[in-house]
Amino acid sequence: MLRDVTLGQYYPVESPLHRLDPRMKLSATMLYIVSLFIANNPACYLLATAALLLAIRISRVPVRHFLKGLRPIFMLLLISMLFNLFLTGGEPVLVHWAIFTITWPGVRQAIYMAVRLILLIMGSALMTYTTTPTSLTDGMEKGLRFLKAFHVPVHEIAMMMSIALRFIPILADEADKIQKAQMARGANFEEGSIVQRAKAMVPLLVPLFISAFRRATDLATAMEARCYHGGAGRTKMHPLHYQSGDRIAYLLLFAYLAFVILLRVIL
Amino acid sequence: MPIELKNVNYYYNRGTSMEVHVLKDVNLKLDRGEFIGVIGHTGSGKSTLIQHFNGLLRPTDGQVLYDGEDIFGEGYDRRALRGHVGLVFQYPEHQLFETDVFTDVCFGPRNQGLGEEQIKERAEASLRLVGLGEEFYKRSPFELSGGQKRRAAIAGVLAMEPDYLVLDEPTAGLDPGGRDEIFHVLQTLREERGIAVILVSHSMEDVASYVHRIIVVNEGKIAFDDVPREVFRHYRELEKMGLSAPQVTYIAQALRERGLDVDPLVTTVPEARDSILKALEERKHGC
Repeated sequence: MLRDVTLGQYYPVESPLHRLDPRMKLSATMLYIVSLFIANNPACYLLATAALLLAIRISRVPVRHFLKGLRPIFMLLLISMLFNLFLTGGEPVLVHWAIFTITWPGVRQAIYMAVRLILLIMGSALMTYTTTPTSLTDGMEKGLRFLKAFHVPVHEIAMMMSIALRFIPILADEADKIQKAQMARGANFEEGSIVQRAKAMVPLLVPLFISAFRRATDLATAMEARCYHGGAGRTKMHPLHYQSGDRIAYLLLFAYLAFVILLRVIL
Repeated sequence: MPIELKNVNYYYNRGTSMEVHVLKDVNLKLDRGEFIGVIGHTGSGKSTLIQHFNGLLRPTDGQVLYDGEDIFGEGYDRRALRGHVGLVFQYPEHQLFETDVFTDVCFGPRNQGLGEEQIKERAEASLRLVGLGEEFYKRSPFELSGGQKRRAAIAGVLAMEPDYLVLDEPTAGLDPGGRDEIFHVLQTLREERGIAVILVSHSMEDVASYVHRIIVVNEGKIAFDDVPREVFRHYRELEKMGLSAPQVTYIAQALRERGLDVDPLVTTVPEARDSILKALEERKHGC
């Protein structure tokens, strides 16, 4: 069901990772993704995988939960693997049949791509599982404050993001409800040709859009009523401050990054 | 053709840190023609419970039988079942999607695979039942008033001609006028079609005067399942569950404490009136 969107939803358990400063987790995720693209040999990927597994272990979010979150991107993964497998040229050629050619660099590329994508998704999922949307956008707002000098509306972007994130579970719930209501009227979402199934989505999408608009209007009114006027002069209830745990985490992060670069250079 | 629930257990998010045991060992039997109120505090599991009646939710443990057949047995046609057990969700007007009221009401019977003639007949009949005349047929559902929208949505379920009609908080968010309209429709329904109506509510007041049987759900368990009078006898326990007896029951209790011999278990205003008048009459003679 639609309720089962595990990707990107906060997983409420108590762990050192949950307590870290959101800015730390944001930069860690970003640098981790960078490290995945720096990596170009098996040793690098092994290190990246090990680091992620360790972090997952510390976060106390079950690995099963991550795997469930990977399900929606399975098709994407498959397609990108196939493209890499068949469309990468080079030597030596392993299989050649009709218009299909599989080369050794192709196989390697396909595997690297798959590993990279899986780690990328799991890595960013780890951030969203351990950070509430509010603290995430808080972190983003504070971490990117320097962009204000270039007239980037940091606060507004952060607010938009937090609202968007806040609405994901609400709309997922709503979609689930509407789907059930239509199923109670005999709607069939599971069978039929692609065209039939696309048509079956109309009774779901129309009410969902209407409800999204209604909620948006309500929210705008509520914000207006509480005199929301953007970021200027707004104070925080929980201002962000780095703790000792964050410093240790930063140290570990840079050590990891240095190792990945080292492995790339020497191997 | 009863609906039976046997030892039904239901969990949300089983096996994660967010696991919730919503229904605990529920046993129920609902018969045709009954008028039942399902009452429970917010979060008691009543909405989850009713989604088991037509197989929208699958019990984690236990069985749901319709007409003696396990609805999750192999090859059981659950879509056909949903035509027999009509479920009207909370705020059903949110499910309207067609460009006009009439086509929207046709959605259910069309999904049942009926012929065009029959679909039209049923849509007309159910719109008539909920009191929406021909002038509404071609209107967009989104230009109707709250109460009208809700009645149109209920007509959408009625058009499937169910034997059971389950309604989750059908009067939530309506003004008193809209509320009376809905209850009026439900009563006509029972009288004209003789189908079972199952009314979910957190308000005793709404339910007491209409239903013949009350099922009280508390923390996922069936706390009481009896005629209203017997259920309200336990009004102190009901209060602990965040529920209450109808106001007139309290008035009757208070009068009794002050020495007027009224029936302490009246549940509706007319009953209370009769009982109080009788008691006053007797007192007069006593003096």
